[in-house]
Amino acid sequence: MSLSKQHEMHKRRFSRNLGLGLVLAGFVALVFGLTIAKVSNEDFAVPSSEADG
Amino acid sequence: MSDASLNNTTAQTGDAGFGDFFALLKPRVMSLVVFTALVGLLAAPVGVHPIVGLAAILFIAVGGGASGALNMWWDADIDRVMKRTKGRPIPAGKVSEGEAFAFGMTLSVMSVVMLALATNFVAAGLLAFTIFFYVVIYSMWLKRWTPQNIVIGGAAGAFPPMIGWAVATGGISVESVLMFTLIFMWTPPHFWALCLFMKSDYEEAGVPMLTVTHGRRSTRKHILVYTILLAPIAIGAAFTSIGGPIYLAVALVLNALFLKGAWDIWRRDEVQAESDKYRTEKKVFALSLFYLFGHFTAILLQSVLAPYGIGGWG
Repeated sequence: MSLSKQHEMHKRRFSRNLGLGLVLAGFVALVFGLTIAKVSNEDFAVPSSEADG
Repeated sequence: MSDASLNNTTAQTGDAGFGDFFALLKPRVMSLVVFTALVGLLAAPVGVHPIVGLAAILFIAVGGGASGALNMWWDADIDRVMKRTKGRPIPAGKVSEGEAFAFGMTLSVMSVVMLALATNFVAAGLLAFTIFFYVVIYSMWLKRWTPQNIVIGGAAGAFPPMIGWAVATGGISVESVLMFTLIFMWTPPHFWALCLFMKSDYEEAGVPMLTVTHGRRSTRKHILVYTILLAPIAIGAAFTSIGGPIYLAVALVLNALFLKGAWDIWRRDEVQAESDKYRTEKKVFALSLFYLFGHFTAILLQSVLAPYGIGGWG
């Protein structure tokens, strides 16, 4: 068996790594979207102590 | 890792694919969680930003899935025995029990924390309680101890619309409790109908299902009693803010059909059931799925049509 051949185990690992990568990218996008949604809200206000610096 | 391991063709734990981990989340159960939570969210009288709503549904789904993974971790011994569950990732040897536990715990904590940050503490608290209830109260305690396991354990599956409602309103109300009760009371007849025609599995696994401990005659009686108790709750919801003429019409038809099905199950005995290969029981089980889907679709329709003056009683 040639070592250069893609083994089924490698395919499984690749699918897991790719899946996890996509999930993490999606999670980052979701948190970014949530942040925009929250700060765009009319009720949102920076606490006065932080706003004053 | 040495190259010698490349000759190994069987799946080893530690090398599970993405799909194996996804299967731990019980995707089919998750789809019901997503649907009922979405209905709870949209039926609420308070609007939610679409991205916040999307994130909330996602975190509720992940939390529900995580509890499924923890359930598979705890029930791995039962799953190895039962035909229906033999192919799950742990008994199939694709994911180790430790991996499933770590996966379930991580996602549980993450989903609750993220739901709290994205929405409010009531919704997050309800999600945390749902996970606790399903894993500790149902899986670890009730499932192997009492034939009423499915009755009390069914509460775990009934929480999602309540969480969805809490995401929007930040609280609990009569409507959200009614949606909870609808699923809670529906679960036993739905599941017992399944038990009647999947008879050998639970017995072999040593799970005290009603069919095993009290017999099939008693199970038939229980199905009828729960269906009778369910009907006024399902129809009564029509007269609250989540209901209306469409919901009432759907509820009346579906409850009449479900009651008729439960009555037919009660009237039959095992000889009749064996002779037609549990035709009625299978039919009622299929109907029960349609029953729940129909009620929640009607609630969704009422809330979607409300802005056009079609929904509600007003």
